[in-house]
Amino acid sequence: MSLWQDFNQGIIKENPVLRLMIGLCPTLAVSNNATNALGMSVAVAFVLICSNWVIAALRKFTPDQIRIPIFIIIISTFVTISDYIMQAYYPALYAALGVFVPLIVVNCIILGRAEAFAYKNPVLSSVLDGVGMSLGFAFALVSIGVVRELLGAGSVFGLTVFNPAVAATIMVLPPGAFITIGILMALLNKYENKVQ
Amino acid sequence: MELFGIFFAAFLINNILLIRFIALCSFFGVSTKIDTSVGMSLAVIFVMTISSAVSWVIFHAILAPFHLEFLRTATFILTIAALVQLEELYLKKMIPTLYRAMGIYLPLITTNCAILAVAFLAIDYRYDFVQSMVYSLGVSFGYSLAIILFAYVRERMALAPIPKWFQGYPIAFITAALMSLAFLGFTGLFGL
Repeated sequence: MSLWQDFNQGIIKENPVLRLMIGLCPTLAVSNNATNALGMSVAVAFVLICSNWVIAALRKFTPDQIRIPIFIIIISTFVTISDYIMQAYYPALYAALGVFVPLIVVNCIILGRAEAFAYKNPVLSSVLDGVGMSLGFAFALVSIGVVRELLGAGSVFGLTVFNPAVAATIMVLPPGAFITIGILMALLNKYENKVQ
Repeated sequence: MELFGIFFAAFLINNILLIRFIALCSFFGVSTKIDTSVGMSLAVIFVMTISSAVSWVIFHAILAPFHLEFLRTATFILTIAALVQLEELYLKKMIPTLYRAMGIYLPLITTNCAILAVAFLAIDYRYDFVQSMVYSLGVSFGYSLAIILFAYVRERMALAPIPKWFQGYPIAFITAALMSLAFLGFTGLFGL
């Protein structure tokens, strides 16, 4: 049951983007179409799950005073791995995501989970926490990406839905990201109030 | 003229907060009051200038000659973390007034992705040393302009009657959208 909770809490209840307001930069910057959003989610999931796993495995040998530099080295190792894999196998995606791939290292979600969860919990729960948080991040990112791509370019995952000539281009430009996330948060507030 | 172009492109046209979407956590986190956003801006201008100079030198004098480019992520983040600590010690001793103005924002800056992003971007754009200094000044001034303007709007908004579901963060995002729309108007300025 508690393993289920470790997995489950990141998806809606403690959704990193919509609830905890962390990891905003990549969420807004790469969500101009659904494909980029999915690519970014996979990269973050890889780094988050692997670093949670290693940090949890090493937690008994990590001196308390220098734990933050150790976390950062572990995280940046996995970021460099995903950076180079993406550069080698998915060059188009890498060009679209740009500087946001190396910037995963300062994504507050990853260091935040390392400090708040993986450092204090056994390996299995930490990995499940990483999976749940990654799904929550992917949920927020891909839903914003789908809305923006649909309204701004008339397509979803690159498949045309309606004529792009009548689409509101503003939605794929920077202001569209702010509008979409603002309205999404307001709707979530409304839904919460109704449930209570 | 070329340096002027780099400065204005970084300052207005590619504004780091409103157009590039870097360092948004601090943009929404500390912009509730004008004083806190001024403190954060000072800290960003100070740290960004020094850390981009240091990381440029490290990349071009150590990493590039030995073909260690793959270490740049780890090297830059550790350099910036160490540098912020040194700057904190130095300011506390030498310029205590500035240190007090920056307050707790100086240590928080280690996790401000703008600092790391500028170090990466200056290398990706293949800027030389002077160009990368001008670029980091442009970025940090653009950061200050956007966050201080946003703080003024948010102070006014605290008194406005806002629909219930939009109170707090949702309306802040809508405001940021309108500001971003205004900054989008700078596209094409000076033919950039």
